[in-house]
Amino acid sequence: MDQEAVFLTILGMGLVTYLPRVLPVVLLSSKSIPPILESWLQLVPVAVLAALVAPSLLVEDAQLALHSDNLFLWASFPTLFVAWRTKSLFASVVVGMSVVALARALLG
Amino acid sequence: MDSHSTSAFRSWMRGAGTGLPIILGYLPIGFAFGVLSQKSGLSNANTLFLSLIVYAGSSQLIAVSLFAGGAPALSIIITTFIVNLRHLLMSASLAPYLARWRKSALAAFAYQLTDETFALHSVRFASGVPAQAEVFGLNAAVQVGWVFGTWLGLIAGQYVPDVKPFALDYALPAMFLALLILFLRDKLQVVVAVFAGLLSVSLLLSGVNQWNVLLAALVAAILGVGLEQWIKKPSS
Repeated sequence: MDQEAVFLTILGMGLVTYLPRVLPVVLLSSKSIPPILESWLQLVPVAVLAALVAPSLLVEDAQLALHSDNLFLWASFPTLFVAWRTKSLFASVVVGMSVVALARALLG
Repeated sequence: MDSHSTSAFRSWMRGAGTGLPIILGYLPIGFAFGVLSQKSGLSNANTLFLSLIVYAGSSQLIAVSLFAGGAPALSIIITTFIVNLRHLLMSASLAPYLARWRKSALAAFAYQLTDETFALHSVRFASGVPAQAEVFGLNAAVQVGWVFGTWLGLIAGQYVPDVKPFALDYALPAMFLALLILFLRDKLQVVVAVFAGLLSVSLLLSGVNQWNVLLAALVAAILGVGLEQWIKKPSS
């Protein structure tokens, strides 16, 4: 995609992000969201993040990569552990990247 | 300066001060976003536009990763839509406090509603809605922090030619994993996350390589709702 097409996509993203932010506060009260939609809305971010990250850890060159030199997969364990213990985005990313950088420096 | 505008200015500054903890959290994440977006091939202008126009951290990171993977524009826009749909709940829950505000003020307020400002506003509004200038001061300062962090990331990114020795190519996966942990609140969400991940991988391996994220997420979230209804039934 060239940068102009990227910009047009960003405008579209801006619009679809703004609508759910603005419509309820302008039009609705809190009682008008059906509980089933509310449950679904709470599950969506989790589902998207998992659907996005799983392939980057488990797939290499269109093949399932559960082998021992899949660094991204093994680095995800310390990353998840730090995220779980510290609840800090920043600390988790720093630890994850350090593990990968160290492994690359040591194992070459 | 007359006394009215002086007090409005003070309210803005008070709001900006209240937003400081969020700003301190946004600077490093905005920074990381700036670096990653640049390394994913987006121009500096488009990276800043994402922080200015979309202004929703996790969806910006997801979009950058989809752009880099060559996903079609429509798939990126729909994914952004469903990731950011959660703001519906936040907007709706703040609505009763802001019933006296003009529509134009509400429209401006909603534009800068994020997970973090929502958390802070909802605690503060419960003990009385502050002056409008104070609310806008907070929102504006927080977004300035986000855009400024993004800009710092763009500057720093120019001095990092090869991302591999610094493991910058692992920053996005690491950030998604951490975001995932921060979002997880109960077992149902863990089940949905595992299912979405496996389905996305299966779709990718069977050749669905541009819509796998969106499809897997939609199906997993719908199954999650079904599972929740099914678990609830016997007790009710």
